[in-house]
Amino acid sequence: MSDEQPAITLYRLQACPYCERVVRTLDEQGLAYQSRFVEPMHSDRNVVKRVSGKRSVPAIVDDNTGVTMSESANIVEYLENTYGEGA
Amino acid sequence: MVDFDVVDLPEHDAPEPGDTAPDFTRPLVNDEFWEDASLSDLTADGPVLLVFHTMAGAFPATYVWNELRDRGVPEDVQTVGVSISSPYEHKSFLEERGVDARLFSDPAAGVAADYDLEHDLDGMAGVTEHRPAVFLLDEVRTVQYRWVADEWPDFPDYEELADALAGL
Repeated sequence: MSDEQPAITLYRLQACPYCERVVRTLDEQGLAYQSRFVEPMHSDRNVVKRVSGKRSVPAIVDDNTGVTMSESANIVEYLENTYGEGA
Repeated sequence: MVDFDVVDLPEHDAPEPGDTAPDFTRPLVNDEFWEDASLSDLTADGPVLLVFHTMAGAFPATYVWNELRDRGVPEDVQTVGVSISSPYEHKSFLEERGVDARLFSDPAAGVAADYDLEHDLDGMAGVTEHRPAVFLLDEVRTVQYRWVADEWPDFPDYEELADALAGL
Protein backbone atom coordinates (compact mmCIF):
# COMPACT_ATOMS: atom_id res chain seq x y z
CA MET A 1 0.00 0.00 0.00
CA SER A 2 1.33 3.45 0.82
CA ASP A 3 4.83 4.38 1.94
CA GLU A 4 3.47 5.30 5.36
CA GLN A 5 2.53 1.69 6.11
CA PRO A 6 3.55 0.76 9.68
CA ALA A 7 6.63 -1.47 9.98
CA ILE A 8 4.71 -4.10 11.95
CA THR A 9 2.06 -6.25 10.27
CA LEU A 10 -0.21 -8.35 12.46
CA TYR A 11 -2.02 -11.31 10.94
CA ARG A 12 -5.10 -11.84 13.03
CA LEU A 13 -8.50 -13.45 13.28
CA GLN A 14 -11.56 -11.51 14.34
CA ALA A 15 -12.38 -12.12 18.06
CA CYS A 16 -9.33 -14.35 18.61
CA PRO A 17 -8.24 -13.79 22.24
CA TYR A 18 -4.59 -14.63 21.49
CA CYS A 19 -4.62 -11.96 18.79
CA GLU A 20 -6.18 -9.42 21.16
CA ARG A 21 -3.44 -10.22 23.66
CA VAL A 22 -0.85 -9.18 21.07
CA VAL A 23 -2.85 -6.05 20.21
CA ARG A 24 -2.84 -5.07 23.88
CA THR A 25 0.94 -5.37 24.00
CA LEU A 26 1.35 -3.39 20.77
CA ASP A 27 -0.84 -0.66 22.24
CA GLU A 28 1.03 -0.70 25.56
CA GLN A 29 4.29 -0.20 23.69
CA GLY A 30 2.77 2.55 21.55
CA LEU A 31 3.61 0.67 18.36
CA ALA A 32 1.86 1.35 15.06
CA TYR A 33 0.77 -1.79 13.25
CA GLN A 34 -1.24 -2.81 10.21
CA SER A 35 -3.87 -5.50 10.81
CA ARG A 36 -4.44 -8.16 8.17
CA PHE A 37 -7.49 -10.30 8.89
CA VAL A 38 -7.72 -13.90 7.75
CA GLU A 39 -10.50 -16.47 8.00
CA PRO A 40 -11.21 -19.01 10.75
CA MET A 41 -10.62 -22.01 8.47
CA HIS A 42 -6.98 -23.09 8.71
CA SER A 43 -7.01 -24.20 5.07
CA ASP A 44 -7.88 -20.60 4.07
CA ARG A 45 -4.74 -19.15 5.62
CA ASN A 46 -2.09 -19.78 2.99
CA VAL A 47 -0.92 -16.19 3.21
CA VAL A 48 0.04 -16.71 6.86
CA LYS A 49 1.83 -19.96 6.01
CA ARG A 50 3.83 -18.24 3.25
CA VAL A 51 4.85 -15.49 5.65
CA SER A 52 5.54 -17.42 8.86
CA GLY A 53 5.79 -21.07 7.84
CA LYS A 54 2.67 -21.91 9.88
CA ARG A 55 -1.04 -21.24 9.47
CA SER A 56 -1.52 -20.17 13.09
CA VAL A 57 -2.48 -16.65 14.15
CA PRO A 58 -1.51 -14.31 15.61
CA ALA A 59 1.61 -13.86 13.57
CA ILE A 60 3.63 -10.69 13.18
CA VAL A 61 6.11 -9.41 10.64
CA ASP A 62 8.37 -6.66 11.96
CA ASP A 63 10.19 -4.84 9.17
CA ASN A 64 12.19 -2.89 11.77
CA THR A 65 14.07 -6.03 12.78
CA GLY A 66 13.28 -8.51 10.00
CA VAL A 67 11.60 -10.76 12.56
CA THR A 68 8.59 -12.94 11.70
CA MET A 69 6.96 -14.77 14.59
CA SER A 70 3.94 -16.85 15.65
CA GLU A 71 2.46 -17.81 19.05
CA SER A 72 1.13 -14.98 21.22
CA ALA A 73 3.38 -15.67 24.24
CA ASN A 74 6.48 -15.53 22.02
CA ILE A 75 5.27 -12.39 20.30
CA VAL A 76 4.49 -10.60 23.57
CA GLU A 77 7.91 -11.52 24.95
CA TYR A 78 9.60 -10.37 21.74
CA LEU A 79 7.76 -7.04 21.72
CA GLU A 80 8.54 -6.34 25.37
CA ASN A 81 12.19 -7.28 24.95
CA THR A 82 12.57 -5.27 21.75
CA TYR A 83 10.48 -2.19 22.48
CA GLY A 84 9.84 -2.27 26.25
CA GLU A 85 11.30 0.00 28.92
CA GLY A 86 14.26 -2.28 29.58
CA ALA A 87 15.10 -2.77 25.90
CA MET B 1 -36.17 -5.62 -23.01
CA VAL B 2 -39.30 -5.66 -20.92
CA ASP B 3 -42.60 -4.09 -22.07
CA PHE B 4 -43.13 -2.01 -18.94
CA ASP B 5 -41.31 0.91 -17.36
CA VAL B 6 -38.30 -0.02 -15.25
CA VAL B 7 -38.00 1.85 -11.95
CA ASP B 8 -36.15 5.17 -12.37
CA LEU B 9 -33.62 6.16 -9.72
CA PRO B 10 -33.65 9.74 -8.38
CA GLU B 11 -31.36 12.65 -9.29
CA HIS B 12 -27.94 12.55 -7.70
CA ASP B 13 -24.89 14.74 -7.25
CA ALA B 14 -22.11 12.14 -7.69
CA PRO B 15 -18.61 13.35 -8.67
CA GLU B 16 -18.37 14.20 -12.37
CA PRO B 17 -15.43 14.12 -14.79
CA GLY B 18 -12.96 16.76 -13.60
CA ASP B 19 -14.05 16.49 -9.95
CA THR B 20 -11.84 14.94 -7.28
CA ALA B 21 -13.38 11.74 -5.99
CA PRO B 22 -13.78 11.74 -2.18
CA ASP B 23 -11.08 9.74 -0.40
CA PHE B 24 -12.06 7.04 2.09
CA THR B 25 -10.55 4.24 4.16
CA ARG B 26 -12.23 0.86 4.49
CA PRO B 27 -11.19 -2.80 4.77
CA LEU B 28 -9.93 -3.82 1.34
CA VAL B 29 -10.45 -7.51 0.64
CA ASN B 30 -8.40 -9.75 -1.64
CA ASP B 31 -8.68 -13.51 -2.03
CA GLU B 32 -6.51 -14.12 1.05
CA PHE B 33 -7.00 -11.38 3.66
CA TRP B 34 -8.24 -7.87 4.27
CA GLU B 35 -6.69 -4.74 5.70
CA ASP B 36 -7.60 -1.08 5.97
CA ALA B 37 -6.65 0.81 2.83
CA SER B 38 -7.39 4.25 1.43
CA LEU B 39 -8.53 5.00 -2.08
CA SER B 40 -5.67 7.52 -2.25
CA ASP B 41 -3.17 4.71 -1.48
CA LEU B 42 -4.38 2.92 -4.59
CA THR B 43 -4.48 5.93 -6.90
CA ALA B 44 -0.93 6.80 -5.78
CA ASP B 45 0.08 3.58 -7.58
CA GLY B 46 -1.79 4.49 -10.78
CA PRO B 47 -5.28 4.90 -12.23
CA VAL B 48 -8.14 3.10 -10.50
CA LEU B 49 -11.48 1.86 -11.73
CA LEU B 50 -13.84 2.22 -8.76
CA VAL B 51 -16.99 0.11 -9.08
CA PHE B 52 -20.00 0.60 -6.79
CA HIS B 53 -22.18 -2.49 -6.81
CA THR B 54 -24.93 -4.36 -5.02
CA MET B 55 -24.30 -6.72 -2.14
CA ALA B 56 -22.83 -10.11 -3.00
CA GLY B 57 -25.56 -12.58 -3.93
CA ALA B 58 -27.70 -10.08 -5.81
CA PHE B 59 -27.45 -10.78 -9.54
CA PRO B 60 -26.22 -7.30 -10.59
CA ALA B 61 -22.99 -7.85 -8.60
CA THR B 62 -22.50 -11.19 -10.35
CA TYR B 63 -23.23 -9.74 -13.80
CA VAL B 64 -20.97 -6.71 -13.51
CA TRP B 65 -17.99 -8.65 -12.14
CA ASN B 66 -18.38 -11.49 -14.66
CA GLU B 67 -18.39 -8.89 -17.44
CA LEU B 68 -15.36 -6.99 -16.11
CA ARG B 69 -13.51 -10.28 -15.61
CA ASP B 70 -14.36 -11.61 -19.08
CA ARG B 71 -13.28 -8.33 -20.69
CA GLY B 72 -9.94 -8.47 -18.86
CA VAL B 73 -10.51 -5.08 -17.24
CA PRO B 74 -8.74 -5.93 -13.93
CA GLU B 75 -5.63 -6.77 -15.99
CA ASP B 76 -5.73 -3.35 -17.70
CA VAL B 77 -6.30 -1.13 -14.66
CA GLN B 78 -6.39 -1.49 -10.86
CA THR B 79 -10.03 -2.41 -10.37
CA VAL B 80 -11.71 -2.18 -6.97
CA GLY B 81 -15.30 -2.68 -5.93
CA VAL B 82 -17.32 -1.21 -3.09
CA SER B 83 -20.40 -2.73 -1.51
CA ILE B 84 -22.06 -3.29 1.84
CA SER B 85 -21.03 -6.96 1.89
CA SER B 86 -18.85 -8.09 4.78
CA PRO B 87 -15.18 -8.95 4.17
CA TYR B 88 -16.08 -12.65 4.51
CA GLU B 89 -18.69 -12.37 1.75
CA HIS B 90 -16.33 -10.37 -0.46
CA LYS B 91 -13.62 -13.00 -0.10
CA SER B 92 -16.00 -15.83 -1.03
CA PHE B 93 -17.31 -13.80 -3.96
CA LEU B 94 -13.81 -13.25 -5.39
CA GLU B 95 -13.00 -16.95 -5.03
CA GLU B 96 -16.28 -18.17 -6.51
CA ARG B 97 -16.19 -15.82 -9.48
CA GLY B 98 -12.46 -16.08 -10.15
CA VAL B 99 -12.19 -12.30 -10.16
CA ASP B 100 -8.71 -10.81 -9.93
CA ALA B 101 -9.74 -7.63 -8.14
CA ARG B 102 -10.08 -6.26 -4.63
CA LEU B 103 -13.28 -5.16 -2.91
CA PHE B 104 -13.85 -2.52 -0.23
CA SER B 105 -16.28 -3.47 2.51
CA ASP B 106 -18.56 -0.56 3.49
CA PRO B 107 -21.41 -2.12 5.52
CA ALA B 108 -22.79 1.21 6.78
CA ALA B 109 -22.70 2.67 3.22
CA GLY B 110 -20.79 5.74 4.40
CA VAL B 111 -18.90 5.83 1.10
CA ALA B 112 -22.23 5.80 -0.74
CA ALA B 113 -23.25 8.86 1.31
CA ASP B 114 -19.97 10.65 0.50
CA TYR B 115 -20.60 10.09 -3.23
CA ASP B 116 -24.34 10.91 -3.00
CA LEU B 117 -25.11 7.41 -4.24
CA GLU B 118 -27.10 5.91 -1.38
CA HIS B 119 -29.73 3.44 -2.44
CA ASP B 120 -32.36 2.56 0.17
CA LEU B 121 -33.62 -0.88 -0.69
CA ASP B 122 -37.40 -1.19 -0.90
CA GLY B 123 -38.63 -4.12 1.15
CA MET B 124 -35.37 -4.48 3.13
CA ALA B 125 -35.98 -2.18 6.07
CA GLY B 126 -32.92 -0.32 7.26
CA VAL B 127 -30.70 -1.52 4.42
CA THR B 128 -28.95 1.12 2.33
CA GLU B 129 -26.45 0.04 -0.30
CA HIS B 130 -24.41 1.62 -3.08
CA ARG B 131 -26.20 2.69 -6.24
CA PRO B 132 -24.41 0.97 -9.13
CA ALA B 133 -21.78 3.29 -10.58
CA VAL B 134 -18.32 3.27 -12.14
CA PHE B 135 -15.60 5.91 -11.75
CA LEU B 136 -12.32 5.90 -13.64
CA LEU B 137 -9.80 7.89 -11.56
CA ASP B 138 -6.33 9.14 -12.36
CA GLU B 139 -3.35 9.27 -9.96
CA VAL B 140 -4.77 12.23 -8.02
CA ARG B 141 -8.35 10.88 -7.91
CA THR B 142 -9.63 13.17 -10.66
CA VAL B 143 -12.65 11.58 -12.32
CA GLN B 144 -11.83 10.76 -15.96
CA TYR B 145 -15.03 8.89 -16.72
CA ARG B 146 -18.24 8.24 -14.84
CA TRP B 147 -21.27 6.07 -15.26
CA VAL B 148 -24.15 6.04 -12.74
CA ALA B 149 -27.22 3.80 -12.80
CA ASP B 150 -30.39 5.67 -13.82
CA GLU B 151 -32.69 2.70 -13.43
CA TRP B 152 -33.04 -0.27 -11.13
CA PRO B 153 -31.42 -2.41 -12.34
CA ASP B 154 -28.99 -0.79 -14.76
CA PHE B 155 -25.59 -1.85 -16.06
CA PRO B 156 -22.45 0.03 -17.15
CA ASP B 157 -21.89 0.85 -20.81
CA TYR B 158 -18.90 -1.44 -21.26
CA GLU B 159 -17.97 -0.09 -24.70
CA GLU B 160 -17.87 3.47 -23.39
CA LEU B 161 -15.82 2.25 -20.44
CA ALA B 162 -13.38 0.49 -22.79
CA ASP B 163 -12.94 3.75 -24.72
CA ALA B 164 -12.28 5.63 -21.47
CA LEU B 165 -9.69 3.02 -20.44
CA ALA B 166 -8.02 3.26 -23.84
CA GLY B 167 -7.80 7.03 -23.35
CA LEU B 168 -5.82 6.81 -20.10
